[in-house]
Amino acid sequence: MQDVPTTWFLLLGAILFTIGAVGVLVRRNILVMLMCIELMMNAVNLTFVALGRELGSLTGQVVVFFTIVVAAVEVTVGLAILIELNRLYQTADVDEVAGLKG
Amino acid sequence: MRPQLPTLDLVPLYPLLVVTGWAVLVLLADLFVQHKRALGYLALTGVIVAAVVTVALWPGVPTSFQNMAISDGQALFFNLVFLVTGALGLLVAIEYLERKDLQRGEYYALLMFSLAGMIAMAAAEDLLIVFLGLEMMSVALYVLSGSNQRDMSSIEAAMKYFILGSFASAFFLYGIALTYAAAGSTNLAQIGSWLSGRGIPKDPVALTGLSLLLVGFGFKVALVPFHWWTPDVYQGAPTSVTAFMSVGAKAAGFATLTRVLYSAFSPTFTTDWVTVAAVLAAVTMTFGNLAALVQRDVKRLLGYSSIAHAGYVLVGIAAASPVGVRGMLFYILAYAFMTAGAFAVACAVERREQSTTTLADYAGLAQRSPLLAAAMLLFMLSLIGIPPLIGFWSKLFVFRAAVEANLAWLAVLGVLNSALSAYYYAGVVVQMYLREPGRSPAEEVAFRPWRSALAVAVFLAAAATVVLGLWPGAVVNLLMGV
Repeated sequence: MQDVPTTWFLLLGAILFTIGAVGVLVRRNILVMLMCIELMMNAVNLTFVALGRELGSLTGQVVVFFTIVVAAVEVTVGLAILIELNRLYQTADVDEVAGLKG
Repeated sequence: MRPQLPTLDLVPLYPLLVVTGWAVLVLLADLFVQHKRALGYLALTGVIVAAVVTVALWPGVPTSFQNMAISDGQALFFNLVFLVTGALGLLVAIEYLERKDLQRGEYYALLMFSLAGMIAMAAAEDLLIVFLGLEMMSVALYVLSGSNQRDMSSIEAAMKYFILGSFASAFFLYGIALTYAAAGSTNLAQIGSWLSGRGIPKDPVALTGLSLLLVGFGFKVALVPFHWWTPDVYQGAPTSVTAFMSVGAKAAGFATLTRVLYSAFSPTFTTDWVTVAAVLAAVTMTFGNLAALVQRDVKRLLGYSSIAHAGYVLVGIAAASPVGVRGMLFYILAYAFMTAGAFAVACAVERREQSTTTLADYAGLAQRSPLLAAAMLLFMLSLIGIPPLIGFWSKLFVFRAAVEANLAWLAVLGVLNSALSAYYYAGVVVQMYLREPGRSPAEEVAFRPWRSALAVAVFLAAAATVVLGLWPGAVVNLLMGV
């Protein structure tokens, strides 16, 4: 079986990262924005694993373990903040959460 | 042959271990201690112990932990800045949380965890450690920003900080991945030797990685155009949190930014990032000062002022010389005292039912509370850069470094900006000294020197602003060994 070239993985990672970044910028629902940030993180994970295989070094794999933990922590905190926000504002739309301006 | 376990030398990590361990201790003590105020003092003891450990390690120890951590003079100096900020932040919080009825044990534990993240960032010699430190610091700060759950602006600040902060972290992480792709390592020293040894002058992958890392750092230290979260978050977060994060997060960002630029992307990419840093510095300080001119809310004003100061600090980095780095280090120390002090005063002036202070709240402060007004006057003058206060020397050092590095235009722009900033800092002073009090004195928080933790914080910051301004030589001598 022929191996899939590393370039493809890197391209897929770049595409996923871009989709995530654009999603954060255009979507207005905080939950969806949170998911887009997760997509960005996981796109980077894919890149790291692919690079680790290509370069034959373990660093790429090890970084991914840490990133997964960090992403889980971020989601936990993000959801907690979102629940508090929803309690006070009764919405998850970022455009309606705009008390601070100037 | 059996694989050999590498020997672990934990000595450079002692300050980090003390702070992390102590944070866990505070979290556990929270279960048993009824008087949450005592936890604040427990945390403060931990910060002091960590500072003693840091001083004991001076002038630094070689890299360890598989070359992942280093405690050289620069890291130790930054540790001291973080610990001073942490101590001021704790003193302010002990009083502020009491008055706002927010006294909780987690606050102190989270503040120490955030401190641990900052120390990890300053000690990082590997991009993975940088990332972990960054996240440890940021996640704790997101929670702290939203710690006033009854206040809508606090939650809004937490949400904005969280979304934009993790967005920036994702860019930062992708930057690490691309740097790893170009150099085959995440170790800063190895990246540096690989990039400069390969003979290819400009590796596009490494250049993209560097740009993404800069975006991540730009968000964390609030450089224009990545600064949009700063005024909202600084205004919305509880003032005691703002006092801590306005200094700590910025100092930690600059600590790592310097290390990444100077050891990993030097000398191959030096010309590239010097140009970028100089332009960012110019735009950042100009925009920060212009936007601060029209602010009526003092926390927001100080938020924009902190953006401007990030620009001044970046001038020192753009100089790309040891003189510039020393100027930057001095600037961050000065900034820590001035800004944390100013926010501490804002804590004292803030009314119980408010979560921020407008300029009108400062009207006649000199009559109601002369000492508090005098301290604020010192901080404002120092932020402008009036001699002989510490803010003057910090600006002098970074601008001189810029001139020596043939960036005279940047130094001139910096001086012009300082003149511009005098307008809005003086606005606060005018309110305090020349306007009649607008509200009944009964509402004012009595400023009792020696009897409140907040007063101690204001006093310490004001004393440092004056003493280090009169005798800057002590710090300069310390920095010559860095």
